[in-house]
Formats: sequence, C-alpha cells, structure tokens
Amino acid sequence: MSATPSAGPTRTVVAMSGGVDSSVAAALLVDAGHDVVGLSMQLYDHREGDERFGGCCTLDDLRDAKRVARRLGIPHYIVNFAPQFEAHVISNFTAEYLAGRTPIPCTRCNSEVKFAALLERAEGLSAPLLATGHYARLTFDAGSGRYRLWRGADRAKDQSYFLFGLTQAQLACASFPVGDLDKRTVRRLAADLELSVAEKPDSHELCFVADGDHAGFIERHTGVRPEPGPVVDTGGRVLGAHGGLHRYTVGQRKGLGLSSPTPLYVIALNPALNTVVVGGRTDLDRHELRASRVNWIAGVAPEGEVAVTARIRHRQAERAARVRTIAPDRVAVCFESPQQAVAPGQAVVFYEGEEVLGGGWIDSADTVTRPT
Amino acid sequence: MVTGDVIIAEAMPIYLDHNATTPLDPAVADAIDRAQRELFGNASSVHRFGQQAKAALDDAREQVAALIGARASDLVLTSGGTEADNFAIRGVVEAADAAGRRHVVASAIEHEAVLNTLKALGRRGLAVTLVPVGRDGRVDPAAIADAITPHTALVSVMHANNETGVVQPVAEIAALARARGVPLHTDAVQSAGKIPVDVGALGVDLLSLSGHKFHGPKGTGALWIRRGTALRAILTGGRHERNRRAGTENVPAVVGFGVAAERAARGLEVDAPRLAALRDRLEAAVQVAVEGVHQNGEAPRVPNTSNLSFDRVEAESLLIALDLEGIAVSTGSACSSGTLEPSHVLKAMGLPSARVQSAIRISLGKGTTEAEIDRVATVLPGLVARLRGLGRRTPEPARSVRA
Repeated sequence: MSATPSAGPTRTVVAMSGGVDSSVAAALLVDAGHDVVGLSMQLYDHREGDERFGGCCTLDDLRDAKRVARRLGIPHYIVNFAPQFEAHVISNFTAEYLAGRTPIPCTRCNSEVKFAALLERAEGLSAPLLATGHYARLTFDAGSGRYRLWRGADRAKDQSYFLFGLTQAQLACASFPVGDLDKRTVRRLAADLELSVAEKPDSHELCFVADGDHAGFIERHTGVRPEPGPVVDTGGRVLGAHGGLHRYTVGQRKGLGLSSPTPLYVIALNPALNTVVVGGRTDLDRHELRASRVNWIAGVAPEGEVAVTARIRHRQAERAARVRTIAPDRVAVCFESPQQAVAPGQAVVFYEGEEVLGGGWIDSADTVTRPT
Repeated sequence: MVTGDVIIAEAMPIYLDHNATTPLDPAVADAIDRAQRELFGNASSVHRFGQQAKAALDDAREQVAALIGARASDLVLTSGGTEADNFAIRGVVEAADAAGRRHVVASAIEHEAVLNTLKALGRRGLAVTLVPVGRDGRVDPAAIADAITPHTALVSVMHANNETGVVQPVAEIAALARARGVPLHTDAVQSAGKIPVDVGALGVDLLSLSGHKFHGPKGTGALWIRRGTALRAILTGGRHERNRRAGTENVPAVVGFGVAAERAARGLEVDAPRLAALRDRLEAAVQVAVEGVHQNGEAPRVPNTSNLSFDRVEAESLLIALDLEGIAVSTGSACSSGTLEPSHVLKAMGLPSARVQSAIRISLGKGTTEAEIDRVATVLPGLVARLRGLGRRTPEPARSVRA
C-alpha cells in the first residue's frame, strides 16, 4: 500500500490547555472543516512535591483537554515539553527575579515554546498551522506580503501583549480562532457544544507556581537562598530589612513590613547593593524607558521616531509615547505623561490603534522628566 | 523528497502495543460472558452455588498452572501482575524482617511494580541494591550474586523486559541465589504466553503472572509460590486463597484468565516462531529503508518485541505521527503518562540520552498480520524523513529531569 497524497482538509494542531478558550478554538476549527489534532503540553513533572492524592490541578487541566477533544471527536495527545519549558521559561523566570527584575513567563512561553518547539511538532505532524486560544487577531497583507497582529476583539480579554515577540515566520503558522470573539460568546459557544469546560474559571496565576508563592518556588527550584538586605529610601536611609530581592517587584506596596504615615512603594531594586529602594507614589513616575531585544511585527524597525501608544504591563490602558531606535534592537520610549512602576524585565508593547507594532524588554527607566 | 505527507488511514487501525495489553481472545470473552451469567456464587460458600463457583476457580487455576509447569495449589490468584509483584516483595520482606534480613537485590530494569514497591519499602528502612545491566539489556548473573549479602531477603529479576523484550538469565541467577540461600522472585508478566515458562526449569521461588498480557481479562494475575517459601499475606481479611490473599474471588475474570492461559500454552509453538519472523521482517525492512536506526536490546528476546531508536527523531512525535496514520506503538512502558521520566530501562543499559529519547517500542501479538507489518514498514520511513527534515527553530535542550 502506498502513501496517498492528500487533497483533504488542512491539518491544524490546536494547543489545548484544558481551558475554555483553546477548547472553543478547537471547536471552531472543527466546524470550519479543518483536520484538527489537539496537543496539550505537559510543562513540568507532576510527581514532584505533592504527595496528597488529588492535589494536582494541572493534571486535571490535561484531563479536561482530553475530554473536550473526545467530545469534538478529534485526536488528542499530551506532549512532554518539560525540558523546553525549563530551558526557555522557568530558568529565565528564576534568573530574572534573582537579578531584581520582574519577568513575564507567558510571553517567553509563547515565543520560545508554543510558537517554537510546539510549532515544530505541528510541522512534524504535517500540520501547517498551529492554533491557540489567544485573544488576538491576525491578518495577511497581500501588498506587503506581511502578517499583521491586532488586539483581540474583546478589549477586556486582549492578550496581544503576550504575543509581541512573534516573528513573521511564526505568525505565518499561527491561528487565533477566538480572537474575533468576546469571552461571553466563547463561553456561550462552549455551553452550546456542551463542552465540560464552559463554566471553568479563567486562569490567572502562573501555571507552574501552584501555591502563588513565586519566591518560595524560586528558592526550591534553584536551591538559592537570596541574601537578606536593607530597605532604603531614595536618600539611602535604611528603613528596614528585606528577605531577598526576588520577593519584590517595582510598584509593590504590600509586604514591605514598614510603617510610614504615607504609603510606601518599591521604586527600584538594586542588585549591586542588594537594596530595595522605597518611596512615595510620585517616586514611581517615569517618563522614559529603554528596552532591548525589540521585535517589530513587520520584521523591520520603523524609520526615525514613531508615535505609538504603549503598554508597560498586561491589563493596562495604552499611553501615548514616542519610540526611537537607538541601536539595532534597542529603543528609547518617551511617554507623554509619567508612567508608574516601570519594572525592568517586563515588556513594553507598542500599538497603533488596534494593531500591535511590536515591543521589547524593559531594561531601565529614567526619572528625567522631559518636556512633552 | 517528502513522502507519506498525509496518508489517509483507510485501513483498519493497526495495534502493535501488545506489551501494554492485548485484545481479549473471543473464546475468552465467551467464557467470561457465560461465567458472568451463570457463576454468581461466592466460591467460599458451602452451598451448590458456591461449589459451582469454586469448581470453576479450581479449573482455571489448573489451566494457569499448566502454562508455567506448576501445581495449581501453589498459585495465589491476584488482581494482576502489580499485585503479584507487591505480594512477592512485601510478603517476603515482612517474613524475613524477624530474622533481621532487610536487604533486597533487584535489577535496574525491573517494572515499576517492582521498583516503586522497593522504593516505598526503602522509605521504611529496607536496603535496596539495584544492579545495572549491560548495553545488550541483559542482567549479569555474577553482578547479582555479588550484590547478595548475608542480610539479603530476596532477589527479584524479571524474566523478560517489557520495553526491550530481552530475556534475562533467570535460571543462572536462580542457581546463584539458591547457593546463597536467598529466594528469587521473577516477574514473568512479559514472558508468559510468549516463550515457554517453566517454574521448575527456571528454578525460581516466586513468579508473577498477568492475564491481560496474553489475551485474558484485565484485573487477573497470579503469584506462584514455591512450597516452603516464607512470606506473609499482604491483603488481609477472609480466608480466601488458602489464607494467603483475602477478598472474594472474581470468578468470571479468573475463568477467562484460565482459558487465556490454556490457549496461550497451546498456541505457543505456532505463534512464537510466526511472530519472531514478522518482527525480524519489520526490523530488516526498517533497517533497509531508514538510515540511523538502532535496535535496543540483544538476543535472546521474546519474539514479539522490537525496540528501535531513530536518530534525530523525537519518539513522542513519531508515536503521534504513527497514531494519526492508524498505527499504535509506544515509547516504552505504558505506565509513564503523567510522568516525564525517560525510559529507566534504556538509561540503565547505558544508552546515550539521544538514543533513549528517540526509542519506540513495537510489540506484536497473535492477531498481527504480514500485511500490517508491511504497511508499517511502508509508512514509517516517510514519517521519519519528515520528522528529521524539520527546520530547527530552537535548539532542543538536553532532556533532563530535575531531581
């Protein structure tokens, strides 16, 4: 028997997390006549730590994905991506925190795991497309021959912030079936299809830090016990002690263990001196930041200075800013009005209206106030 | 050249994962079905209903005993191979505890039913020595003998390995253990029904069996115990199984176990050489069609098992690609889902990690046909070529599992 060349439907791999968004993404593709294969990534070893029976929520997620696939009548497999997740996401996550920065593992996971190793798996299964449940939209511009990335139609659920690192090659293989929908519609579709996950709550926590204690996770995972050090004010005066820089994020107010007539915030983490610098709310204001490892969705940096709107964290309204390329993949971003809590390690993402232009990783922020 | 891009799985799915489990023999299914309806009595009851059930149980026990050249009365029926392994190890360890013998020797390639039982007992103070194997997948009897101490309570070495099919020198090990006065347990779950298994010839003291590996029902198994072997019951309760294993017997399943054992014994002479020829045919065809293929485990092997590594191929991808073509194989033992440990068997053989991660297990069964094997040999090269041709977007990190 010889191989029959197929003129059949496009095979599309769907990254199924067990949540409602990727479940509906799979359902929509099945409906559109794709030959859908569900893959769920197992990202870390579930045997670790918890010896209690029934303690692991993530295994439940994998089971949910399997149930949905069965309901949709599509093949489904759990694939082991623990080594890639460790190499590209967890190690970066721990290293960044230990260096006094605030990482975004979800963005790393999208660029370095999902649209890298998982995409390669899809190719290996003869699937030219990899679909996810992200709230983002993608179009192809025949004129320029380029893919363009847009915010998800549901403003409240928009996940484009986490996708700024995708290249044209990655976008060419990407599909975001729920990007045109709002969450309510997604849940309604799931309910109509009697998918078991229709009412499943949205996930917010870091998937690999089960108890939400990221500092404890970092210590257990790396075996590093970061040195305690002083908490100082902007003048260098010691106000208290901290239990390791990895416990803090710029903009943090809770858990400082300081009493003060006015609220105090972490305004900087200084790994060279091992200090947490605190100050008042206005001390958080920044007008300009520098970012590196910049990715422009179009594949090329724009000429000169461009006016954009920019976000320095997920779930934040964009603010007007000007972006200037200062080195091949480095930019300076100047905001019209001061931004609060610019945290090194987070991403700055540039938009023009609904379109994602690109973004980069925040290195530093200047207090210098520039006239706007 | 891209071949086998998308192949419509127009043919019936091909099942080549018989070491995980086997389909129920129709004759076995009939026997179970009849027993389900007719033999509801409790085999411990005095009345005729109970007696009928007891008689069926005894007949089945005879059939299973015949498969391994044993006396029926030396068999304890269990819920499967895992329970038989647990019974052998925990039972002997508990009995030897009073004598101060708190050490067990096992090979590093044992099934999880053995290894994790030893691990659990290790947490309670049992000393365990795991003896590595050679690159050929075989345990060295001398290494086992060297590991035995005056405190050794038990040696456990499997008869045939589930992943590679390599048949272990159990008779030699038995002689060495006997000379040291240490009982030997062998997990014969993967050999029974595939090659002759004879408790006398093997010279072991305890032997585990599982029904579903030779077309019997799941949830059936047995531990054969040489008379005079000191071991304690681990399932306590009523006086079933001569007070060695409590719990009302699952009579219909045991009836099926018996029929399956009888049919396996009868079919052995025909099936074993036929499967060996098919397996060899597949391996030869793959070696010709694909470069960079390595056979894991050397002869003697059980006739149905082939473990092959494909250079520069992620086994997990190949498994999925094959399944999408309607061909079912595995990447090792079937119990590994939910854990990310690469095959402990191939690792113990000292194979490089790249070879471990690119290994698939193909295990044939009595329903396997030449046409099926030829289809696998046709499909496999195209899939391997495609997986090898992928653009490397990201360097694959070395696969290691954190401690």
